[in-house]
Amino acid sequence: MRTESTSPRRSRGRGRRSPLASAALLLVGLLATGGVYAAFTTAATAETTQRIDALADEGEKLFLANCASCHGLQAEGTDAAPTLIGVGAAAVDFQVGTGRMPMAATGPQAEAKPVQFTDEQVKALAAYVATLAPGPAIPDEKYLTGEGDVAVGAELFRTNCAMCHNVAGAGGALTEGKFAPDLHNVDPAHIYEAMVTGPQNMPVFNDLNITPEDKANIIAYLTYLDNNSSPGGLDLGGLGPVSEGLFAWIFVLGAVVAVTVWLTAKSN
Amino acid sequence: MTDTMERPSTTGATQAQEGPGRGMRFTNWAANWVDERTSMSGLVKELGRKIFPDHWSFMLGEVALYSFIVILLSGTFLTFFFQASMAPVEYEGSYAPLKGLEMSSAMASTLDISFDIRGGLLMRQIHHWAALLFVASIGLHMLRIFFTGAFRKPRELNWVVGFVLFVLAMGEGFTGYSLPDDLLSGNGLRIIDGMIKGVPVVGTWISYLLFGGEFPGEAIVGRLYTLHILLLPALVVAAIGVHMVLLIVNKHTQFAGPGRTNDNVVGVPIMPVFAAKAGGFFFIIFGVIALVASTVTINPIWNYGPYDPSPISAGTQPDWYIGFADGALRLVPPGWEFQLGPYTVSMNILIPILVLVLFLLVVALYPFFEAWITGDKREHHIADRPRNAPMRTAIGAAGVTFYAALWAAASSDLIATHFRLAVEGVTHAIQALLIFGPIIAGVVTHRVCIALQKKDREIALHGYESGRIVRLPGGEYIEVHEPLSDFERWKLVSFEEYQPLMVRPDARGRITAGQRLRASISRFFFEDRISPVTQTELEAAHSDHH
Repeated sequence: MRTESTSPRRSRGRGRRSPLASAALLLVGLLATGGVYAAFTTAATAETTQRIDALADEGEKLFLANCASCHGLQAEGTDAAPTLIGVGAAAVDFQVGTGRMPMAATGPQAEAKPVQFTDEQVKALAAYVATLAPGPAIPDEKYLTGEGDVAVGAELFRTNCAMCHNVAGAGGALTEGKFAPDLHNVDPAHIYEAMVTGPQNMPVFNDLNITPEDKANIIAYLTYLDNNSSPGGLDLGGLGPVSEGLFAWIFVLGAVVAVTVWLTAKSN
Repeated sequence: MTDTMERPSTTGATQAQEGPGRGMRFTNWAANWVDERTSMSGLVKELGRKIFPDHWSFMLGEVALYSFIVILLSGTFLTFFFQASMAPVEYEGSYAPLKGLEMSSAMASTLDISFDIRGGLLMRQIHHWAALLFVASIGLHMLRIFFTGAFRKPRELNWVVGFVLFVLAMGEGFTGYSLPDDLLSGNGLRIIDGMIKGVPVVGTWISYLLFGGEFPGEAIVGRLYTLHILLLPALVVAAIGVHMVLLIVNKHTQFAGPGRTNDNVVGVPIMPVFAAKAGGFFFIIFGVIALVASTVTINPIWNYGPYDPSPISAGTQPDWYIGFADGALRLVPPGWEFQLGPYTVSMNILIPILVLVLFLLVVALYPFFEAWITGDKREHHIADRPRNAPMRTAIGAAGVTFYAALWAAASSDLIATHFRLAVEGVTHAIQALLIFGPIIAGVVTHRVCIALQKKDREIALHGYESGRIVRLPGGEYIEVHEPLSDFERWKLVSFEEYQPLMVRPDARGRITAGQRLRASISRFFFEDRISPVTQTELEAAHSDHH
């Protein structure tokens, strides 16, 4: 810069620029661009790390305020609740994102209820727990579109999921008052996270067991069930012969008996 | 409401005298042509003059008959498209979530009926809903017969025929349920296979014979199909025939009422009123079934997918009429099976089978048991009001409770999820209900019946309480009772009263153990009883009135 500031005076005297001036200018230009670029990029990286750190910090605060009383100050677990070290962001996003955590009361299992945190807070908690130890991350959007091979998804669902969740995803009973919930209209991310993390009584279906693509196929089948009502009419909850039998006794036989009473009523 | 005995022959005859029209002439000619060749007029006259009393509960058997006709019609349609074969094929129909899957042709053709054959799904649903209604109406019909004592002499035999029909209907239902070869039906067959294999010594042999080898094999659907569309329907039709003939021979029962005695039948004759009503009733039943079948899904096999021995669905149950058997299996406490040398004796399977068989036997043989207890050899054509046979009604209530407990147990998992209970708690509660429920229900029903009889007696003697209090000139307050009409009183006072049988020595002067047992059961039955109001009591009550 100093060279440049002095050169006009000289050139005014000599009339022409020094031959070295272009080289100097080029050098200065390169330095400036590179420097600015470098400055900006480092600033950007720092900012991202800072933002994640900020998110995790925010998450840590939320954790200490809302979760630590049961899960321990370092998420190391207590007698009341398991450790969260290594459960990963996916577990937090599932448990907190469906309202299961924080629990309203101890019971056979934590049940879905209105979500207690905003989406950002859930993500902050997830980010914090993810910093504790490696664990399953929140799934990639590309697996959550609800598109995929429905037939493969349906077959996998029947083989791996239906014994607890029922073939139509209507849910079912487990032992001691626990139950596998209804899977209708569940957020695809939560279905995926449940498979990866195995919340509560559910087994873990890791990526070797069911590949991410097949998880997407299962989600596609459940989405198909959500979007397509039963071809036969009312589905009676998809519960199978019990609801059909009740319907037959109460409504069909009930209607028929009403008709018999009507037919044999004495005319006045 | 008229007895045909008083009716002039037919209205057609009167018209013929006035000169019949062309249509009537043709009818007469055709009727005559047929009659000259078949001598049917005697039969038609006889049948056409049969009297049917009018009461809503007398029509439940008809419901069963009509739903059976609906089943035959819709079933015939289904046989045109169903392929009873377990040969594997790749499904290429229009239901996306099963496309490209390997399955049996039975399953694939059922899916084709559901999705690719016009009206097929409706027909499937009509067939299945009609089947549920068929067995349900048989059940309700049986309860009506039982609680009104309509199984007494001379109708014991028809009770047994009806019972056979009930069992055949369950067999029809189960074989039909197993045909589509979907996951649900395969799991149902697996349970049957397990029950058969639980039978000592012969079980495994029978299972291999039935399935043509190791379960599931490739033979069972074809075999069940033969049973479902040939053998069982033939037996059902034959049994219905016998049931109807016996109904005509024995005539229908009626409730007590003015002019209705044990020796007559009061009601409408088959021709023309009853036949017209019955014809209309058939279409109403068909209509109800069609309405339900077109709006409510039944057995969505597309959810269940093809049968594969490894998966099973939560909430896997049989259709309702097999539920009591499933429930019996579910209620067995753990640990009943034991080792006998190298063999496992599956008492956890054998006891429920035994209980079910015994229960069904009790149902089948109850009329003979009651006849033995009462020692009554007379014919009975007047249906009892349930309260007037307290012990029978109590036994019926106990039986219903027992069946209901088994039935509820089949849905223990759904009861648990829908009422937020632990499935173990539900099972234990139903186990207790199975043992104590019938006793409690029996005792309570017995007392309620006797209380109702007391109330009837009170009303018959003194009339209804009017709620009007009158002060007499002497200062006494009385409530005015409204007297009954003779018609109303008739219903309240005409019923049988049985007394405990006396123990009497037989010809050789001995009292057998059987006689003692009979007398003690009889005492148990009839010790607590309310006698019907007698004429003397009525007169006394009337003269007593102010």
